[in-house]
Amino acid sequence: MEQIELNYSAKRKISKNAHVGVVGSGDLEVLLEPKDADTASVRIRTSVDGFKDNWKAVLDRFFSQYDGAVHIEINDAGATPGAVYLRLQQAVEASES
Amino acid sequence: MSSLIFSPEYLQRRSFIELNARDRAKALFDSETGRELAGPFDRIESPWLAMQGVTPQADDGCIVMRGRIGGQHAVVIAFNGSFQGGGIGEVSGAKLSAALDLACRDSENGKPTSAVLLLETGGVRLQEANLGLAAVAEIISSIVALRRYAPVISVIAGPVGCFGGMSLAAGVSSYIVMTPEGRLGLNGPEVIEEESGVEEFDASNRALIWSIYGGQQRYNQGLVDVLVDDDTDQMIKTVRDLITKGVPPINRSEQVDLYRSRIAALDPSTQWAPGKLSWSAASLARPIGRNQEAATDK
Repeated sequence: MEQIELNYSAKRKISKNAHVGVVGSGDLEVLLEPKDADTASVRIRTSVDGFKDNWKAVLDRFFSQYDGAVHIEINDAGATPGAVYLRLQQAVEASES
Repeated sequence: MSSLIFSPEYLQRRSFIELNARDRAKALFDSETGRELAGPFDRIESPWLAMQGVTPQADDGCIVMRGRIGGQHAVVIAFNGSFQGGGIGEVSGAKLSAALDLACRDSENGKPTSAVLLLETGGVRLQEANLGLAAVAEIISSIVALRRYAPVISVIAGPVGCFGGMSLAAGVSSYIVMTPEGRLGLNGPEVIEEESGVEEFDASNRALIWSIYGGQQRYNQGLVDVLVDDDTDQMIKTVRDLITKGVPPINRSEQVDLYRSRIAALDPSTQWAPGKLSWSAASLARPIGRNQEAATDK
């Protein structure tokens, strides 16, 4: 298991938590929480070691579209980059519904 | 078969199995009364998995919700079969037994609180084997304590099924509800195949596996109280009816002589076809039909 931490800048306050997904084979769990700061932070724990560059690429792209001040925790069981991106979008949708 | 699967009623039903564990639990409560306890943001997760290189889950795969079902106090504990096969670890096991103990305490204090267990579990989680075994023992004693005051209902809906120590927990509950897709047994088919070889038991033979462990077979054997289709509305009604019915006059696990006499009547020198291992409702000490009539009389 590998732990990865990433930080981004943020503009917008978020009011609601969101929890989506499951730590099942090829899937992941996303916990999204509001943060009192103008930054966003991400902590990833993944069962597959050695893919830090891929994680950074997916999160860089996600935060190029999303400006919420949030702390995101990802618990991953080998999801593909596409699945990761969809779960992140699902978490945003749940936090803004 | 195809006429059943493509019938409008079948297509329009709200599947219970396709809901995730949290939504299954939520669906059983009276309109929005269910609230989650020790949820994912409380981060009560397994301390043992990360040490073994396994990613933990924020709720440890166990969802506890409290609220009202059919107007009565109830707690629902749902296992997420997608996380570690729904396996019981130190934390998920403690969440389940603590929820049952709180329901028991409330029941003793004049607030009867039923428990519904949504079991999708292979039993003890092997990464936490000793703690998981201890948890199963606690769960069983908590069920036996609570079932005197309020019904404990085990629901086995999905194809993960209920195996290992948790099949014993289901066995001591007041009622068992299954769908034909569910499976119930002590040793799972993969375990038997691994131990005794594929000639003895072929775990990939779905027809064989369901003919032995499947909901229909377990119902025919009198080990299950209600067999329901994979339909959320039917599941809600079934659970409500059982809570209304209350504590059964005699628990299944107390009918030792009945089940012993059935085993004694079987000749183990012959290979029994699963279809032959069924007992009519009339031979049960508490036939389903009679109790249902009694419930409607009230």
